[in-house]
Amino acid sequence: MLFYSFFKTLIGHQVTVELKNDLAITGVLTSVDQFLNIKLDDIRVVDDAKYPHMMAVKNCFIRGSVVRYVQLPASAVDTALLQDAARREAQQPTTGGAHSISR
Amino acid sequence: MAELQKFVDLTVEIITSDGRVIVGLLKGFDQTINVILSNCHERVYSENEGVEKMSLGLYIIRGDNIVLIGELDQERDASINLSEIRAAPINDITRR
Repeated sequence: MLFYSFFKTLIGHQVTVELKNDLAITGVLTSVDQFLNIKLDDIRVVDDAKYPHMMAVKNCFIRGSVVRYVQLPASAVDTALLQDAARREAQQPTTGGAHSISR
Repeated sequence: MAELQKFVDLTVEIITSDGRVIVGLLKGFDQTINVILSNCHERVYSENEGVEKMSLGLYIIRGDNIVLIGELDQERDASINLSEIRAAPINDITRR
């Protein structure tokens, strides 16, 4: 749940999400969930000349499983705090998170 | 929760894991992002010709195959001349 909580602190900030299909989208983070699915508002495709496919889309939902990177503004992140929390998480991981879905 | 409820009954554009673009009315979804689209069509992009529309009807798209769901702005979409767009198809997600 660490990164879920981390992304919640970034709601309202502008981020760039690079997907596994190489598409990169910049937008304001409006929502995140336990699967790290992301909702972005006011989006702009990074290479919009190459990807006119989303010209009419202003807001989108991105499935967490297809994200390669999320680029964040450095000023919005307290790296010391994050590092600390990650260290604690590594020593005693909380519940399996998204893996604990029963099918 | 990154809710899709806000998109229900709106026209959405879905990009699938194999790089297809499917546009339709979102009727339902579940936790795994399986999605029901009514009245949908696929927009086939090509570098040599304009966008081709292929009518599909009522579809369930399994969540595994969904990359992105975009809220289609009808006004902006109406102002785009699809026959003039030339673009390479979107990559699939397993490009390595």
